[in-house]
Amino acid sequence: MFPNVDWQIMMEQTWETLYMTLVAGVATFVIGLALGLILYITNESLLLKNRPIYVFVSAIVNVFRSIPFIILIILLIPFTLFLLGTMLGSTAALPALIIGAAPFYARMVELALREVDRGVIEAAESMGATKWQIIYKVLIPEALPAIVSGLTVTIVAIVGYTAMAGVVGGGGLGNLAFLEGFQRSQNDVTFVATVLILIIVFVIQFIGDRLVTKIDKRSA
Amino acid sequence: MIQLRNVAKWFDTKNGRVQAVDDVSLTIDRGEIFGIIGYSGAGKSTLIRLLNRLESPSSGEIEVAGSELTKLSPKELRGVRKNVSMVFQHFNLLWSRTVAENISFPLELIGVPASERKRRVQELVELVGLAGREDSYPSQLSGGQKQRVGIARALATNPEVLLCDEATSALDPKTTDSILELLVSINKKLGLTIVLITHEMHVIQKICHRVAVMEAGKVVETGQVSDVFQHPKQPITKEFVKQIGAVDDLSLTFEHLKERYPSGQIVKLKFLNETAEQPILSDVLKTHDIGFNIIGGNVTQSQVGALGTLFIQLIGEASEIDRAIASIRSQSVEVEVESDVS
Repeated sequence: MFPNVDWQIMMEQTWETLYMTLVAGVATFVIGLALGLILYITNESLLLKNRPIYVFVSAIVNVFRSIPFIILIILLIPFTLFLLGTMLGSTAALPALIIGAAPFYARMVELALREVDRGVIEAAESMGATKWQIIYKVLIPEALPAIVSGLTVTIVAIVGYTAMAGVVGGGGLGNLAFLEGFQRSQNDVTFVATVLILIIVFVIQFIGDRLVTKIDKRSA
Repeated sequence: MIQLRNVAKWFDTKNGRVQAVDDVSLTIDRGEIFGIIGYSGAGKSTLIRLLNRLESPSSGEIEVAGSELTKLSPKELRGVRKNVSMVFQHFNLLWSRTVAENISFPLELIGVPASERKRRVQELVELVGLAGREDSYPSQLSGGQKQRVGIARALATNPEVLLCDEATSALDPKTTDSILELLVSINKKLGLTIVLITHEMHVIQKICHRVAVMEAGKVVETGQVSDVFQHPKQPITKEFVKQIGAVDDLSLTFEHLKERYPSGQIVKLKFLNETAEQPILSDVLKTHDIGFNIIGGNVTQSQVGALGTLFIQLIGEASEIDRAIASIRSQSVEVEVESDVS
């Protein structure tokens, strides 16, 4: 049915895509959460409002969020070479994936935290909570559903980014679809790779949605 | 318990300075329920937030439970806050936590061991009448139940002072009454000092011992609730008292009856405590040769007992009416004759 598809290679490349998505996803979660917290905390008078830090972090986030991903990869080639000694393969795609996705996720975390009712923060303050207690006992648990659904959106975007990274030397299904499918006019390879990417996206979305439903206690 | 000396708070905004609290001095005693009433914008919300330093005063001194609030380090302030709890209009519960977890929250903050927290939460759940709902989430509770959680949470650290920031304003009248009853029982059982702010005179009348009336950042009148009710001095206080007495509705009848009974004398009687519960009026009327016509009135329950207001028309000889009024007055019932009643 798919004469040009080598299932062995297809499976290998699927794992490559999953590897990139997972590693970049975890790193994006950690870095994005930290950046999002910094953005929120430095802009909230109840916590540690600090205009210069906010403006600085906000500017960096905006710059990296605004550069189209395909250009970001090219811009980061010297950095990747310096860091890993190569710009080919899945691992070489990671710096660009993380630098591209983390600022995006940071904004989502900031928005999620802003949705937390200020009254609840004040209540915690009135009970004698320290700023750190407010962050990890109030802000993060109360914003968790939005933090998780933001992560789902971000990871889905990362899957898309891995495909783009594949075009300029990264591994995975995007690379396969481009080199074997597009450049050698083997449409069946492109088709199968696309279906596999879609399945990955659906599974991620499904897991994310289930998780949010489980932790969101706002509706009875 | 709480002392404010010449406290002021202003906010500098784009449109200039806003004076929220203007030179307020107050003393609130241990164990009393003290009410602060005012319309929105009167500064009462800012005032109560000064008492646990959610706001810092611009000038003046605030002493709460022996600590001068303006002189505390952040750490000392957190210590005081465990002793001065707050209940909020919109409850401000953590929706990600169950009832039990919400009540346990302030105990977690100070590192109370889990077994001790569990025991304390159980006590509080029973105190506020929420037994069986420990594992519910706030979204599954009614407004009144949410406020019960808010109160239990506020009591968790065994505070000496409870601040209620419009604690019943988001609730319907029936629920309001049940929450007020809970506050009174806590006040009696635990000897807690309660400071509450509200725009509803009903709340003040029902549970407060003393009241302060606020207008434009100033406290314009303070006193025992019964005194303020019987003898409101400031126009704004009179307006609040009218909320309860419904004097406005009665004045229509008042004009009307004056036309129908030109010979009669319309008087307003004010009863307090035991005088509201004795047959003074019928005793007096038995011994004087006059008739009477009840125009309207009410008797309401307050923390100090029953408060009553009655409008009646006395019909008969002018001299006999005067003697009757004198003998009602001798029973320590206050009498206002028609011309005094505005």
